[in-house]
Amino acid sequence: MGDGDVFLEFFYLLRAQGIPVSTREWLTWLECIEKGLVAADLGRAYSVGRAVMVKHERHLDTYDLCFAHFFGGAEAPATLHDAIDEWLNTPLPMPQLSPEEFEKLEQLDLDKLREMFEERLKEQDERHDGGNRWIGTGGTSPFGHNGRHPSGIRVGGQGRNRSAIQIAGERRFRAYRSDRVLDTRQLGAALRRLRRLGKGERADELDLEETIRQTAQQAGELEIVMKAPRENTLKLILLMDVGGSMDDHARLVEQLFSAAHQASHFKVFKPLYFHNCVYDSVYEEASMRTKVSLEDLSRQLDKQTRLLFVGDACMSPYELFSVGGMINYYEHNSRTGAECLYSLKTLYPHHAWLNPIPERFWGHPTIEAIADIFPMRELTLAGLSEAIELLSKDVPAS
Amino acid sequence: MFEHFAGTENYIASAELREAVNVALALERPLLIKGEPGTGKTLLASAVAEALGRPLHTWHVKSTSKARDGLYVYDAVQRLHDSRFDDKSVSDIRAYIRFGGLGEAFRSEVPSVALIDEIDKADLEFPNDLLHELDAMSFKVDETGDVHSAKHRPLVIITSNNEKELPDAFLRRCIFHFISFPSPELMAEIVQVHHPDVEQILIEEAISRFYWLRELPELRKPPATSELVDWISALVRGGIKAESITDRVPYLGALIKKERDLKATQRALKSYASRRRK
Repeated sequence: MGDGDVFLEFFYLLRAQGIPVSTREWLTWLECIEKGLVAADLGRAYSVGRAVMVKHERHLDTYDLCFAHFFGGAEAPATLHDAIDEWLNTPLPMPQLSPEEFEKLEQLDLDKLREMFEERLKEQDERHDGGNRWIGTGGTSPFGHNGRHPSGIRVGGQGRNRSAIQIAGERRFRAYRSDRVLDTRQLGAALRRLRRLGKGERADELDLEETIRQTAQQAGELEIVMKAPRENTLKLILLMDVGGSMDDHARLVEQLFSAAHQASHFKVFKPLYFHNCVYDSVYEEASMRTKVSLEDLSRQLDKQTRLLFVGDACMSPYELFSVGGMINYYEHNSRTGAECLYSLKTLYPHHAWLNPIPERFWGHPTIEAIADIFPMRELTLAGLSEAIELLSKDVPAS
Repeated sequence: MFEHFAGTENYIASAELREAVNVALALERPLLIKGEPGTGKTLLASAVAEALGRPLHTWHVKSTSKARDGLYVYDAVQRLHDSRFDDKSVSDIRAYIRFGGLGEAFRSEVPSVALIDEIDKADLEFPNDLLHELDAMSFKVDETGDVHSAKHRPLVIITSNNEKELPDAFLRRCIFHFISFPSPELMAEIVQVHHPDVEQILIEEAISRFYWLRELPELRKPPATSELVDWISALVRGGIKAESITDRVPYLGALIKKERDLKATQRALKSYASRRRK
């Protein structure tokens, strides 16, 4: 049992690294040692330990890293992918600009920005950080990301100042269909309440099986049992904002998505995506490859469909209020974002908006504007429950 | 010494999968198997049963399944039906208790293997409802009051397709193994089992073609092992030579089942072929 002590340390390492091992796993492990399943063979300790300690494939990689680190003293192997990710994900810290410096960076107009951007992109062919001219990270040039220019075009990276005007270049939208989701069960349980809608309150259908069963149990004395129709008719569109300022909330949104996806009780569950604001089309996947126009959508899914937005509703005011203001550099919108949102509102009378930003910070002008269009709730368990109430209400057909 | 699973002639298991099965056997705990579609999750149970010479009891879980269904069902309808005629006594409820896969495994006179297939299909709380039965390996029939306890704790193999997250309390009781998609080497072994007489070069070409296809990012449903095996059968029957699958894919329909994927594959093939010519 001397091995146990070494492994106890390993066990706590696993816990510290986020693998949810409990006393029960530890006792199971001791049982393995007792039964001679592990012996003095490190290879078998690896595979037996894994079978006993890891209960979800999302933790397999962590287990491998811990094992290599603990028993081999090895560093986590850096893959090529990691190197690229590092390039983009660890930008230089934001320069602390004095107010005077900040003022010096005058607001450039949009067309001039585009022009300059294309010029610079042609001139530049390597990584660039800092400075005030090239496209890179952490600088004060209007191009690049994490920079501090008050009105700039963002190139990849995470938007820190939430109002990057337009995005060109790389799109690194997270696919929310990830398996790395933690504790979605509470959200799932909340979403299950959307099922009652389809069932209806009135029990007006003969429950044949139950009638027979109860009649049989009463030795042939007829007992009629009625039930509400079982079939769930609820259709749900989950319309999610991805990328940009939403990256900060990715985990939360992933959880909601995963919960909705797993709640297989909807008649139709349609996840759709947009970036910052909805215009004439939305997208079928988080990578935004396949477009669905609002018109097609209204043909596919009728008025009874519930529409649930998830987004921070934070954008530049003209993304919402101007023609041509959409954030995607390569496209142009002929209707304003607000108009498109209004048309969605009319198309789907059952609607709600979940915002991952806590309610006390909802002072942003576009949040206020959108909260005027759609009833908005926080993306929390309580907020979700309220939104579900809203979606469940019967709206008079007008 | 414990019973030991080492795969079968027809089922090639990786060393880690064998280890996981053996741990589950030794500890008498349920074995939870996850993995991509087409990696042989369901087949594992019959392979283990065959290798150990145990009977297999299967319970396919459906979205409407209740935890009790796997143990037993009381067929009141049959009893009512029988009561209309005088030829049979309906006084014995036991005649109308039908045992489910798990129930049969618990009642088995010899050590057995029980498969609970696709446990994630059922309701979110379903696995929790089975906790007691899986721990104690016994259950009570409410209608008769009979308690059935396992004489030999069966090896319970549970498969999940990740449609739903499983509850923690349930996971803690399980031994877990994730079947990753086979490496090309393991795949060659698997194909060998199904096609022992096909020439090596054709199998090699087909496998490399298959992995190329699987890596196309556009595919919604990448082909899995069974598609590869079927495709090789088609190639053999069609008398296709190894060299002719280097820049085209005959019988593509055996590998790709979605129309959208078919189109994407054809586009990718075109650009691949034009690159090769250059």
